[in-house]
Amino acid sequence: MTTAVPVKGSTAAGPQSTTAGRLIALGRAEATLLLRNRTALFTALVLPVVLIGTLHSMLKKQAETTPGLDVDSMLIYGSVGMILAFVVYYNLTAAYVGRRGELVLKRLRTGEARDLEILLGTAVPSLALGLSMAALIGVGGSLGLHLTMPVNPLLMLVGLVLLLGTMIALAALSSAFTKTVESAGITTLPVMLVMQFGSGLFFPLEVMPTQLADICRLLPTTPAFQLIRVGWFGTDGSAAPTDFLGSWGTAAPHLVTGAIWCALAVWGAVRYFRWEPRR
Amino acid sequence: METSQPARPGDHVIEVTDLRRHYGTGATEYQAVRGVDLTVGRGELFALLGTNGAGKTSTMEVIEGLAAPSGGTVRVLGHDPFTERAAVRPRIGVMLQEGGFPGELTVAETGRSWAGMTSGARPVAEALELVGLGHRAGVRVKQLSGGERRRLDLAMALLGRPEVLFLDEPSTGLDPEARAAVWQLVRELRAQGTTVLLTTHYLEEAEELADRLAIMHGGQVVTTGTVAEVIAGRPSRITFELPEFTGTPLPVLAGAEFTVDGRKVTAHSTALQDTLTDLLGWARQHGIALGALDARSASLEEAFLAIASEAAHQAPPEAPARPARRRLIGSAR
Repeated sequence: MTTAVPVKGSTAAGPQSTTAGRLIALGRAEATLLLRNRTALFTALVLPVVLIGTLHSMLKKQAETTPGLDVDSMLIYGSVGMILAFVVYYNLTAAYVGRRGELVLKRLRTGEARDLEILLGTAVPSLALGLSMAALIGVGGSLGLHLTMPVNPLLMLVGLVLLLGTMIALAALSSAFTKTVESAGITTLPVMLVMQFGSGLFFPLEVMPTQLADICRLLPTTPAFQLIRVGWFGTDGSAAPTDFLGSWGTAAPHLVTGAIWCALAVWGAVRYFRWEPRR
Repeated sequence: METSQPARPGDHVIEVTDLRRHYGTGATEYQAVRGVDLTVGRGELFALLGTNGAGKTSTMEVIEGLAAPSGGTVRVLGHDPFTERAAVRPRIGVMLQEGGFPGELTVAETGRSWAGMTSGARPVAEALELVGLGHRAGVRVKQLSGGERRRLDLAMALLGRPEVLFLDEPSTGLDPEARAAVWQLVRELRAQGTTVLLTTHYLEEAEELADRLAIMHGGQVVTTGTVAEVIAGRPSRITFELPEFTGTPLPVLAGAEFTVDGRKVTAHSTALQDTLTDLLGWARQHGIALGALDARSASLEEAFLAIASEAAHQAPPEAPARPARRRLIGSAR
C-alpha cells in the first residue's frame, strides 16, 4: 500500500495553521456532526419553538394578576433567552461530552490547536445556530408585534457577550459532571431550570415576591439576561423605563454580578473540565 | 530563553531526565512513572516496550506534551513539550493508542478538518494513499474496521510531514498484511530522517524496526540498548522430549543447564552450537530419538520475558507500598 505514493509525496504543502483557520476547520466539522445528529437537531430547532407556546400562555396568566406586564415584549425576550439556553448551553454540553467520549478532545490536543481554540471551535455551530435563531425570533417578533426599538443596543451586546461567555463556560463545567451524552439531559437540568425560572424568562422578576426576586437576581445567568432586557426595553422591570444614558445606571449592578458569575464559571470550567473520560 | 535553544543536527531530539508521573494524592497516590531517563537521536527509531501497566503510555503522554511531568524534565526538539507547546506541535505527529475521530464524519472530512489545523499539511488524498485508505475516503469513521481506524490515525499523524513521530501501539488490531505495510511505511519515514518513538506489545515489531529500545517495568526502564545489546548474554534454548525408559543419564555438557519435567527437557546454553553438537552426538551414540527437538538463539521475546520476570521479583527501589492495580483504575486520570 505504500508503493503507489512515495512517503515524501508531492511537494504540495498547505499554509501555516492559524487560529482563524483552526476555528473554521473545527467549526465546520462540528457543524457537519450537528446536522447528522437528529436528537441534537431536534433539541436545538424544535424544542425551543414548542416552548414559546407554553411561555406565551404562562405570561398571559401572569398579566391577569400583574397589571401593566408587557406580555408581547416579555414573550420575545423570553423566547430569545430560551433559544440560547437550549441551543448554546444544552447543545454544547452534549457536544463536549460526546467529543470527550470519542477521545476527540484528547486527539485534538496532540495537534496545534490551543485548548481554548478547541473549546470555542466546538462551540462555533451552536453559537451560529443559536444567534441566528435568536435574531430571527428577536427581530421578526419585534417587527410583527410592533415592539419598541431597543433603547441601548450596546448594552444588549454587552449582555449577550456576557451571557454567551457564561453559557459556554457553564457547558464546559457541566460536561465535567456528565458521563454520557444521554445523561446530559439530567446534568444540565439544574442550570436549565435556573435559567428558565430564575432568570426572569418564564416569570419576570417583578411578578415574584420581592425576597424571591432578590435571590433570583443573584443567580448565575440572571444578570446577563437582565442586561439584555435593560438594553432592549430601558428597564429591568423594577422601575420605569429610562433612556440610553439612564439605562447604564440601571444596568450597573447587573454588570458587576454578571461579570463575577462569568469569571466564576470560567474558573470552574478551567478547574474541572476533563479532556478525556475517566478510566 | 536558554531553555528554548533549537536542537542542532545530531543533537538528541528527545531528552527525558528522571521523569516521574503520579496520579492522585495521599493514600490513593499511584506512581505510574518512577524516574525514567531516555534519549532519542535525530533520525533514530526508538521502541518503548513493557508489560501492561509498565508506564509506557504515561511516559509517552508526557513526552507528547499532553500532561506535565510530576518530576524530572522532558525536551523535544529542545523545547518543553508541555509549556512550549506552540513551538513543538507544528514539528511533531502523534498517534494515540486509540481513536480520537468522530464516528459520524467521513474519512475525507476527518482529513480535511485535521489539515485545517496542521501547518504545511500535505494533501489529504496523499496522506490517505500513504496508508492505503484512499478508496475509503467517503466512508464514515464508525464504519471502518479497527485496522482501518489505526491507519487513519497514522495518516493524520503524517499529515504535517513531522520531524518527530510518536506512535503508541501503531499496529495493534492490524492484520499481518497491513502490519507489514505499516512497518514498511515507518522504515521509509526513518530512511528520510524522521525520528520515531513508538510503543508496542509486539516484540517482533521492535526487533524489525528499532535502532534502540527500552524495556519498562513498574514505571522504570529496566534495560535499554540496541536489540543485539539487550539480547547479548541471554542464553539460547534447546528443548526436546526423551523416549520412555531410556535408562541413560543425560550427558554433562559444558555451558549448558538442563531442567527436566517428566520426559520434557529444556537446556539453556550460552554456546548453542557446541551444546547442540554434543547433545546430538550423545543421542546418536545411545540410539536415542529426541522428540520435538527445537533449538533457538536468544530472541528479544525471551530476553523480554526473562527481564520482566526478574524485575517482577525485585521490589522497585524507594517504592512505598504499591497500591493494587485496581487502585490505578479507580484513581488514575
